[in-house]
Amino acid sequence: MSSAASIQRKTVDITALLVAPGVCLVLLLFLYPFLYGFVLSFSAHEGAGLRNYVKFFSTPFLSQTIATTLWISFPATVVNIGLALPIAFATRRHRLQRLLTAILVVPITLGTVLIAEGLLLYLGPQGWLNRFLLVTHLSTLPVHLTHNYWGVFLSLVVSGFPFAYLLLLSYLTGIDPVLPQAAATLGASPWRQFIHIYLPLLVPGLAIAFCLSFVQAFSVFPSAVLLGAPAGPTRVISIAAYQAAFEDYDYPMASAIAMIMAGVQLLVVVLILAIRLLFYRGPTVGAKG
Amino acid sequence: MNPSAPFSAAGESSGSKKPAPSGREQNFQHLRIEKISRNFGATAALAALDLTIRSGEFIALLGPSGCGKSTALNCIAGLLPLTGGTIWLDEKRIDQLRPERRGFGMVFQNYALFPHLTVRRNVGFGLKMRGIPGNEIRRRVDAALELVQLQAHADKLPGRLSGGQQQRVAIARAIVIEPPVILMDEPLSNLDAKLRLEMRAEIKRIHRDLGRTTIYVTHDQDEALSLADRIVVLNDGRTQQIGPPEELYAKPANLQVARFMGYRNILELDLERVEGSFAFLAGSGLQLQGIAQEYLTLKRAVIAIRPDDIAIEPAQRKINEVHPRNVIFGQAELVEYCGRDYLVDVLAESGVLLHARTPRRIVTGDRLKLVVSPERVLAFSPA
Repeated sequence: MSSAASIQRKTVDITALLVAPGVCLVLLLFLYPFLYGFVLSFSAHEGAGLRNYVKFFSTPFLSQTIATTLWISFPATVVNIGLALPIAFATRRHRLQRLLTAILVVPITLGTVLIAEGLLLYLGPQGWLNRFLLVTHLSTLPVHLTHNYWGVFLSLVVSGFPFAYLLLLSYLTGIDPVLPQAAATLGASPWRQFIHIYLPLLVPGLAIAFCLSFVQAFSVFPSAVLLGAPAGPTRVISIAAYQAAFEDYDYPMASAIAMIMAGVQLLVVVLILAIRLLFYRGPTVGAKG
Repeated sequence: MNPSAPFSAAGESSGSKKPAPSGREQNFQHLRIEKISRNFGATAALAALDLTIRSGEFIALLGPSGCGKSTALNCIAGLLPLTGGTIWLDEKRIDQLRPERRGFGMVFQNYALFPHLTVRRNVGFGLKMRGIPGNEIRRRVDAALELVQLQAHADKLPGRLSGGQQQRVAIARAIVIEPPVILMDEPLSNLDAKLRLEMRAEIKRIHRDLGRTTIYVTHDQDEALSLADRIVVLNDGRTQQIGPPEELYAKPANLQVARFMGYRNILELDLERVEGSFAFLAGSGLQLQGIAQEYLTLKRAVIAIRPDDIAIEPAQRKINEVHPRNVIFGQAELVEYCGRDYLVDVLAESGVLLHARTPRRIVTGDRLKLVVSPERVLAFSPA
């Protein structure tokens, strides 16, 4: 493997040029707006420099949005990964796994707005859940699950779980099934096979799944508006950026908020990947010469 | 259940405290495999394998790929549930125990080393699962690594070892738990030819030194012949023959076994007559006398001859000479030099292609006279 790679490295591969159009597109569509926003965030209506950043962190109404967003996105990510791991493990060789996978892909394709609408319909004050609870006298008052923290939280689980499940499933099926068998012949019960074999080999997958799920949840916007209380408990950072851009028409401030958002996400991702470094990161098959 | 049976005393483990059989008990008498079978859907991968293994015996399961030999091994290990039959370790029935409760050591074809654990922790894994204290684990792992000459690599990850070293780790990991039975699934098939010979001798040496009961799956008859006390030949899930290597080599029970034991010349001929154990055959321009291996009733019979049993001498046939039985004239069609001798494809005058082995130097196109002793022509009923 490695010797083949080193031979390739020595010769100039002209086919690499085929990547050029793609690279150009990425530069134009991603890097340019990012750099533009980065530069823009240091300008202001009056004055320039770090004024926007200073304003963000000195105004609690703005700076609080970081904590608010973390308070929603972090637990949602933990719940998503926490649910996805055992369910993916239990269904990894189940005959209905394909059906389950197909069902779980649906929320991903629907998009957050449709999920929000569905949740409003089911969980709202007049929704099916509350009607059921009231009719069966399980509850005397409607349970408030929309237009608050829980509405956003549930929508993040509905949209984020399938993603985490599919990702972890692919990592799990990449682990050589002979390894747990070998552990079994050495006296490991199914539980200890999971603890000593699956879990350590799954750490890289868990880290990646956590990072991607977290970034997705941290940038929550539509469901925070539709299912949450966008003026109060679910005033997430993307709402602050939206208001700066399209209500105050303060593009430099909006850019600064976007940069802060990216900074927080980057910080968490780096932290998770650093933790991953403490664990094993090699191949997940029984090694062969 | 007989409480006096040594293994059951440990295996019962008085409740659930003990995670697995402690593994120190080698002193069982017999591993009895009684008519075990395994179906996958409608197809029978293994049909009614019946085998009693003495303690300390080395058994090879031999057969072509897809013959059911790996299925048999996985069934014995407990990795595959049986469709039928029972397995007994003396008086203790073990076929319903999970693999971790059977405590058989297993060496997998791709070694199945845990990639995230060092060599030391790979080898110590089974001992750790048995709740053995750390200092004893260390002592026993050191002893096992010394046995396979890997002390210097104890703290490496398996990915950094060569194929042969990984193979040794896999063997050390299986023997360190001192299992009653060691199962090996084609352990040498991923190694190159030279290393395969070395590791074969290594396995033989370890078996001689430790005397552990071993069941060894292979498709290579040389491995089976050189290692095993007894060989079980499987084909299509069915047992073809069970016996010591010498017996299988000299007297294969049927054509499948003969093919597997290196009888490369297989021809269907007319059966002229049977006299005692001798069969007289003719056809394809050949006239042969052989030994009937089974009761021949039909007008046709199939003969099997090993290349080594055909003697070659250069010869011109005199015109109109009537050649005697068991003598065939032909021409060297293809000559493969094998170091010690030559493997020659001989095209007989009648158009039949025969394989023969000779130390004599032969060149393609040479005119040859082949002679084969009647004792080495085995006659079977056509399948």
